[in-house]
This record gives sequence, C-alpha cells and structure tokens, in this order.
Amino acid sequence: MPLLNTLPDYVLTTRTDEMINWMRKSSIWYMLFGLACCAIELMHTGGPRADIERFGATPRASARQSDLMIIAGTLTLKMALRTRLLYDQMPDPKYVISMGSCANCGGLFQLAYSVCDGVDKILPVDVYVPGCPPRPEALTEGLLKLQEKIMAERWLARAPRADSTAQA
Amino acid sequence: MEAAEIYALVRARFPDQVVEIVEKRADPYAVVDPHAIAAICGFLRDDAALAMDCLNNQSGVDYKDRIEVVYHLFSYSHRHGAVIKVRLPRDQPALASVEPVWNSANWMEREIYDLLGVTFHGHSDMRRILMPEDWPGWPLRKDFVEPLEYHGISTVRESPIIRLDEKKK
Repeated sequence: MPLLNTLPDYVLTTRTDEMINWMRKSSIWYMLFGLACCAIELMHTGGPRADIERFGATPRASARQSDLMIIAGTLTLKMALRTRLLYDQMPDPKYVISMGSCANCGGLFQLAYSVCDGVDKILPVDVYVPGCPPRPEALTEGLLKLQEKIMAERWLARAPRADSTAQA
Repeated sequence: MEAAEIYALVRARFPDQVVEIVEKRADPYAVVDPHAIAAICGFLRDDAALAMDCLNNQSGVDYKDRIEVVYHLFSYSHRHGAVIKVRLPRDQPALASVEPVWNSANWMEREIYDLLGVTFHGHSDMRRILMPEDWPGWPLRKDFVEPLEYHGISTVRESPIIRLDEKKK
C-alpha cells in the first residue's frame, strides 16, 4: 500500500493475467472464412453498421494469423476435414464461434447424407450463436461473450497440487 | 417447332433407336436407345431445322427398377425445346458422354456420376464433383444407406426432443 502511493501518476498497476487477457480480447482476429448463407451476415457484422472492429476484431486472410474461427454456415462432411486442417493451422490460443443453426447442430440439413451435424463433433466450440442466420447483433453479442470468457482465463496461476488438501 | 414435330424428325432419322415417344403430357419426351445417344444428340444440335444449341439441363432419376438420364434441350435460334430420356439398368449403368456435343455436359455428367453412379464413356474428367473422393456409394439412389461415420465423424445426432422427453420421466 505505501508503495502504491509513492508511484508517479503515469504508472498504472494491474495483474499480469488481466493485462494479457485484456490485450488478447482487444485484438481477436477472426479468420475470413464462410461456408454458406451465415457468411453474408458475418460480412455484415464486419461492415460499418455492426462494425465489430470496434472491439478489435478484424478479419485475417490466413489461418496462421487468426485467433478466432467463426464457423458461418452449413458444414459438410467434405468441408469438415478441411475445417479441421485450418483449425490445426491456427496458433494458440485459439477460439471457435459456432454461428447459426447449421454449425450448432446441422440445423435444417442435419438429416442430409452430406452434412456434418454440428461443428462440435470436430472442434471444441467456445460460443454457440443461435439463429438461422443470426443477425449481426447476435454475432456481435457472441463476440462479447467470447471476450468475457477470455477475461476469465488464468495463465499464470499454478494448478493446485494434488496433495494440497491432504497437507492442510 | 412443336415438340411432336421434333420427335417425328428424330424418328425419321433414327427409326430403330427411338424407343418411345410420349406426347400426352405437359412436357412431352422421347425415350431413345442409350447406345445411340451421342449420335442422336449430334443430330439434334447440327440439323439446321432443329439447331439445339443449348443443353439446358441434364439429370438422372432412380426409378428403383431402372435409372433414367434426362436431357433438356433448347434452341436459341428457333426458340423451341425437347426432352430426351435414356433408360439404363441399375446394375452398373453406363452410356456415351455428350460432352463432345455440348461442353456444358461436363459438370452435369459428373454430378450424375457422383450421385447416381452412371458412368459416361468419353467424358474428359470422370470423377466425383460434390461428394468427397472416398465417399462410399451413390447418395441419390433409393437404396443408399448412409454410413454411420465418415473419417471418425459420427453422422448420427441424438434428437434433443427425445432427450427432453427422457428427462421428464
């Protein structure tokens, strides 16, 4: 406490975890990747009216520069293998938003022979956005939910030792 | 030219190869011998009175006892059209490609091959167009059974309604 009061005004203090998370959540670069009609809403979300660049989310052309993959549209089995490959190319930490009914559970096409009913069968999903297709506002909220999730992450905290309770 | 006149012209040129002409329909068609399909289509395109310069659509149908390939033709210069059908056995159906006659047949024949398993001889690139290369079977056939998984991805999803009903019990 006395130390804090001796610091000059231009010095801010925070916790390392919070700073890392704040930087990460403020620059979620999403992969420019659309599969079906949801991609139109995804483009709209990046456009001037919804403008998720306000939150630091900007489209990247390459999986290797992306933090976030938005599965926008019907995932076919043929595309599922390629989507998994793209996901594997993304650097950690990486996040996935499943956008729309088709990506969530196969939606209208889940009984079709060619459709992978649910992107969660091949990738870990962080946020599900319902809708067919979701409006740009809904996807924006999905992004904000993801930001909340990122802020809750703890990178430096050590995992509690297995025998810690036994000692106490 | 009316459809009936077109089919009469085709029958006059290929008397043995035209199997059947069905006219009492909104969309009259002629059924022809699959062995002569390339010659008949060449005639339909090159004859000055017919001049079918556009293959509107080419599709396949599974009728359980046979497979039909349907050609929808149109002539831009004469503003008339025709429908030609070919009947094939369900066991290894194959016929000559019309890609040399109309280039637009390329992708449509690949799609028929992909979904119904009809092989087109003389096609420049006979492989699947929509489904993955290693897909088993022909999805649009009536007896197609969907595999339970594809590369480890399960193709079955539990119904949330059934799950909710079980929860209530």
